[in-house]
Amino acid sequence: MMRGKEQIFLLVAIVVAVALSFASGAFNRYYLGIAVDVGINIILAVSLNLINGHTGQFSLGHAGFMAVGGYTAAKLTLLYGALLPPAAQPFLFAAALLAGGLVAALAGLLVGVPSLRLRGDYLAIVTLGFGEIIRVIFQTSDFFGAATGLTGITKMTTFGWAWALAAVTVYVVACLVNSTYGRGFIAVHDDEIAASAMGINTVRYKVTAFVVGAFFAGIAGGLYAHHKLVLKPDGFDFVRSIEIVVMVILGGMGRTAGVICAAVILTILPELLRGVAEYRMIIYALLIIGLMLTRPQGLFTFGKKGGA
Amino acid sequence: MNPLLECEKVTIKFGGVTAVSELDLHIREHELVGLIGPNGAGKTTAFNLITGVYQPTAGSIAFGGRTTAGVKPELLSLRGISRTFQNIRLFASMTVFDNVRTAMQGNRAQRVRDALLRGKSFRETEARVKHEAMELLKIFGLDEACDAPGKSLPYGDQRRLEIVRALATQPKLLLLDEPAAGMNPTEKQQLMELIRFVHDKFGIAVLLVEHDMKVVMGICQRITVLDYGRKIAEGTPVEIRSDPKVIAAYLGKEEG
Repeated sequence: MMRGKEQIFLLVAIVVAVALSFASGAFNRYYLGIAVDVGINIILAVSLNLINGHTGQFSLGHAGFMAVGGYTAAKLTLLYGALLPPAAQPFLFAAALLAGGLVAALAGLLVGVPSLRLRGDYLAIVTLGFGEIIRVIFQTSDFFGAATGLTGITKMTTFGWAWALAAVTVYVVACLVNSTYGRGFIAVHDDEIAASAMGINTVRYKVTAFVVGAFFAGIAGGLYAHHKLVLKPDGFDFVRSIEIVVMVILGGMGRTAGVICAAVILTILPELLRGVAEYRMIIYALLIIGLMLTRPQGLFTFGKKGGA
Repeated sequence: MNPLLECEKVTIKFGGVTAVSELDLHIREHELVGLIGPNGAGKTTAFNLITGVYQPTAGSIAFGGRTTAGVKPELLSLRGISRTFQNIRLFASMTVFDNVRTAMQGNRAQRVRDALLRGKSFRETEARVKHEAMELLKIFGLDEACDAPGKSLPYGDQRRLEIVRALATQPKLLLLDEPAAGMNPTEKQQLMELIRFVHDKFGIAVLLVEHDMKVVMGICQRITVLDYGRKIAEGTPVEIRSDPKVIAAYLGKEEG
């Protein structure tokens, strides 16, 4: 069966990620850890880009979706990990990630639907509130370890998992947007009144963007949980959401390639600045302010807008 | 010919203001009707009522024999009502081609799954959409600019692109909201020819809201005149031209 170039990209990316993962013993563990962080952040940024960039619905709740996915996946592997033989562990992990994604997608649906009547700043405030509610729920729930969070999570996230799933995320978002169907997301972003006059169901597109975006944020949360091995509610506060939003804005809203680059740079940058520990966040903040002043359209403008 | 659009005693109030009052408006298939009136007469409001942006406070609207009460604009678009806007509303971040194909997707059964799997039927649909969009652009001489951003076109071409986009939804009724606004006499002349061409070539009904009397009188078969939300006259261009109520509404009444 003939396949398009998109599927070839996906296949190659997954094969390369998994192959590198098998060779991971040859790499420095510290760098490998950062590489996994980069993969997770690509998933977060690219999925948020579908909501904020392509569809133009300003969401500040991505950390909330991530938390939902992370806690769900971690709880599942903690509950069932010991019961299963070692050979079944990757399958358990895959199922846990999927479950995390699905529960997060459900949360996306719950936020997406009431948010449809809101625009711009108002939507941002509602999603911000949602993220905080999620965090507080995990913080007070004994089942999820309350303020101490979940500990003793098994290390399951590898370079291969993170980057293969990042490739899947890029594939899904790019394929969705780069189609006649997908122009509907951009139409909602550009002009909702004109879009609905042209037969585009704006409500459906917005909810789809929220559900798909939240699904991948949930997957990223699951990967994060099995990478850091400890989940704390504080890790999912709104600062985390802002970090992802910054990646999207810096990469150029609605430009997948730019957003990937921004995710890579903004993950590595704080690590590079470790040498000047106490000034790290100040330099990071100044860099972002500087970039926004000089490149308000986004750091990277290659790759057609709305395209891959 | 069969009636296409039937507005019966349509009224809409915004707070204490009655923007449109007991408007009767009937359009038959393949008719070219003008809707005119001074500033603030309620022409655009009437458009928004017909296209489902507003719901009437009283009265009824039917399209193709079916009521449009409570039907959302996107569904009315699928039923065959399409429009342009007074202040051009192109999809600003899209190319000329994408503006057109976006309007085509409402009529296609393409869904998330197709876009993700990119199977044979998806590729065939995409190829057909591309072909149809390019054909449409070619008719209006915009095919060479297909990869340019829609917003980069000259003003007159943007107006034309908006008409192409509206036609891409395969409408039965096309509503044009002041298409001649901001055009010079030559452009207006071209626009009149364009509207006449669209009306003949696509065999659709057209409702034209316009300020410019010359344009409306030149091409419309029938004209409805609004003033302060009420219909004050209806008839052929010749009848409208000599109607004292219309003259009074446009030029003011002589005192005493």
